[in-house]
Amino acid sequence: MKVSRRDLLAGAAGVVALGASAAAQAPSDTTKTRGKPSRALGQRSGAEKPQRQPRGATSSGTPHQDLYGTITPSDLHFERHHGGVPEIDPNSYSLLIHGMVERPMMFSLADLKRFPAVSRIHFLECSGNFGGRTANVELTPQQIAGLTSTSEWTGVRLATLFKEVGASPKATWFLAEGQDAAVLTRSVPIAKAYDDALIAYGQNGEAIRPEQGYPARLFLPGWEGNANVKWLRRIELSDRPFMTREETSKYTDPMADGTARMFSFLMDARSLITYPAYPVTLTPGWVEINGIAWTGSGKIVRVDVSTDGGKTWTAAKLQEPVLSKAHTRFRHLWNWKGSEAVIKSRAVDETGYVQPTKDAVIALRGISSVGYHTNPITGWRIRSDGTVVYAAEPWS
Amino acid sequence: MRTESVGRFAVAGLIGLMLIAGGATVRPAAQTRAAAPAKAAPNQPATFGIGRPATAAEIAAWDIDVGPDGVGLPSGHGTSADGAPIYAARCASCHGKTGKEGPNDALVGRLPGDAFPFARDARTPKTIGSYWPYATTVFDYIRRAMPPDAPGTLKDDEVYALVAYLLTLNDLVPADAVIDATSLPKVKMPAREHFVPDTRGTNKPPVKPK
Repeated sequence: MKVSRRDLLAGAAGVVALGASAAAQAPSDTTKTRGKPSRALGQRSGAEKPQRQPRGATSSGTPHQDLYGTITPSDLHFERHHGGVPEIDPNSYSLLIHGMVERPMMFSLADLKRFPAVSRIHFLECSGNFGGRTANVELTPQQIAGLTSTSEWTGVRLATLFKEVGASPKATWFLAEGQDAAVLTRSVPIAKAYDDALIAYGQNGEAIRPEQGYPARLFLPGWEGNANVKWLRRIELSDRPFMTREETSKYTDPMADGTARMFSFLMDARSLITYPAYPVTLTPGWVEINGIAWTGSGKIVRVDVSTDGGKTWTAAKLQEPVLSKAHTRFRHLWNWKGSEAVIKSRAVDETGYVQPTKDAVIALRGISSVGYHTNPITGWRIRSDGTVVYAAEPWS
Repeated sequence: MRTESVGRFAVAGLIGLMLIAGGATVRPAAQTRAAAPAKAAPNQPATFGIGRPATAAEIAAWDIDVGPDGVGLPSGHGTSADGAPIYAARCASCHGKTGKEGPNDALVGRLPGDAFPFARDARTPKTIGSYWPYATTVFDYIRRAMPPDAPGTLKDDEVYALVAYLLTLNDLVPADAVIDATSLPKVKMPAREHFVPDTRGTNKPPVKPK
């Protein structure tokens, strides 16, 4: 198609106008003006501008305050990478599986797609997903817990591939390695491969986005994001872990007893009220408090909500279907009378694990354990003027 | 029961679980009669015959990992004297002139008595000398990912030299030590005894090494 300079200028002007004020441009009576024609690719309403929020060049968080339900739109799925996002040609992509196997093999992307596939809805969370340690009250849900998202993931079970290559029954760990500039590596216990691990190439019905590992990634339901190696190019089966940089010097948890926890894959239960939350302003009357809860241990069985700062708790309604290792939406009706209040949420999962308080986290992990696996109960302060701010509990 | 659970809430959680389980059996009043399937679905074969054998050359080209036992370390060697100029040219701009100044991760520094205060003081940098449990990891990581402006381009001897330099700055090996595939896995790392496996989700208590 030939595109003239005039077309380009007109198009650019249109984009600017749309960005400036979509509402101003819309006709006052849409029943009196013919609407837009069909088009090849859908777009959000110009009035909706949800954005990921980059923290430096290596991560950006999901805007939970702008979302409903449980599925994260793929372009708003959080990202975290250690060597930038690689551009990988799907036609030259290969996955090597070798080590303690009978038949070391190479699989093209087309090969991976020929295997029986499964689709599963799961959250994925960076273990460094807690931004609420400061005294700053002007924090959004995105800033406090933006590094968790939920998608429908489609791919081949890793167990299927391990059968194809003849995995040794003596193998106890496998190494997963990415094709990014960090050539990121993690060791994973082999039991996870036979439990529920996937090599995923689909996300919410289409190909995985580059930030999520295009064209294929390891997906370990319920386990910390870093171990879900993206842009996966190699798996090596072994009888011991490899002690890579990420699993030794980085993704380990110093504990209050002077040890440091290794291979702490499991993401424990957590919840977060996403409405009302900073920066909304409430008016007195009925409010449906709602948010998301999730756990790497299976299903969320209960979310308690407190509207008195944690003195008393009421079980919220859970939006069905409640899925294992997926964001679960909870809702709780509240008649706000206009006086200052602190609202909080507390998740309980099917193992009986209860989301801990900040003090309980510190007792176990130590005051500086903010780095990874920090999942305290958090809340929001509704001021009497209706403004909503983060109910900060500074870690000092 | 998970060991990290807060006891009284855990009981409440179980009760909640029982309530949900008790109320979940809802059946439709009438079920539509479906035709029986004509044929049973095939069983999954032992293998699908998808993919192709990987050649030894293909495996060698990608298999760059180094284990804590030294498996995977290449031939070659380096000393601290060899590593100092490479560090100054390729590493110091991010990690500091002596490995302590940043702006990126501090690599150098031991703590008095090899203390391990990381749970109570987040300001203590996790250096190679104070936190890294395995010396082999230093080689593996530098070779695969450093420096960020040209990752994976250092020669094996250069990587050995950088590892020797960083271990020397951390007082982990003598200044004249030759680092190679034999000597590197033997380097004793002070932090190693502090690391324990995660036991959440199991009934096993954490095992603290003696």
